[in-house]
Amino acid sequence: MSRRLAALFVVLAVTGPAAPALAAGCPKTSLPEMENEVMCLVCGVPLALADAPQAQRERAFITRMIGHCRSKDEIKAELVAQYGPRVLALPKASGFRLAAYLVPGLTAVAAAAAIGLVAVRWSRRQRTRSREIVAPTPPPFDPVDTAQLEAELERYRQ
Amino acid sequence: MHLARRLPLPVLVAIVGVGALLGLLAYGVSSSGSGHTLDNALAQGRRPPAPAILLPRLNGGSPASLADYRGKVVVLNYWASWCVPCRQEAPLLERWQRRISGLGGSIIGVDVLDLTSDARAFIRKLHLTYPMLRDRDGHTQQRLGISGYPETVVLDRRGRIAALRRGPVDDPFLRRAVLPLLAESA
Repeated sequence: MSRRLAALFVVLAVTGPAAPALAAGCPKTSLPEMENEVMCLVCGVPLALADAPQAQRERAFITRMIGHCRSKDEIKAELVAQYGPRVLALPKASGFRLAAYLVPGLTAVAAAAAIGLVAVRWSRRQRTRSREIVAPTPPPFDPVDTAQLEAELERYRQ
Repeated sequence: MHLARRLPLPVLVAIVGVGALLGLLAYGVSSSGSGHTLDNALAQGRRPPAPAILLPRLNGGSPASLADYRGKVVVLNYWASWCVPCRQEAPLLERWQRRISGLGGSIIGVDVLDLTSDARAFIRKLHLTYPMLRDRDGHTQQRLGISGYPETVVLDRRGRIAALRRGPVDDPFLRRAVLPLLAESA
């Protein structure tokens, strides 16, 4: 009995300090963090918002993986192996899924270009209008004044 | 050509953008499949051909295709270990496997959206012996218009869909859907 206790003491003495060290070496992955980055496939929403039986199994699987000291990327890879790439909340940037990244980007670029063009045209129009305001066309001369001026100019020409 | 010249560039860009988004929407809707089409066809007494389905076996080994079962009456049962009604109907399907396997029929289970370890434990616990395939992301469900768990599709010997059960199967359904097909020739 005392030998067994001594053996147990030795085992605890050896593994006891190692356990926290092992835990400290674990990547910092948490369930809430993972839940926002993977999907509940049955519900079609992020796992964080799901409570379906399939979601609970997925959650338990992630918790097990975290317990086994797996990193976030390793857990995601395991989930993809189990459920396919659709389990990831953010799709891979390849094939048709590339549209998920390209469409918003291209839409933003097109919207910015359109806004820029409209702004340039509007500013040009404003500039033209302001020129029109600064230099209005002079009113036609009065014929009497014109005749008088011509007469005076004639005097100087002689 | 003339219209393109007349329209200002921002309007053209907007039209092209809206067109692209509508195209994406149409693609999404068309690729999501329609279960109602199958229901309507069956209600009209038609037997639409089953889509080509190739899936890995749950216990490993070479993948299996529905075409491999041509000439047999196939009861294709979609299930998952987390689905409670699936657990309730599985023993009945096992009984029917024993009943029809000698008559040119087979139950085929398709485990969907499930963890392999959970699925294997389910099979062990319920002593299921019929062939099991694995559809990890549920992509074959869309082709068959399956939307819930469990759902069962019955194929005749020519690989055409003859019956569909949304929800757990029962003995009267299997009698009605499977027995007449066993009497048909390929």
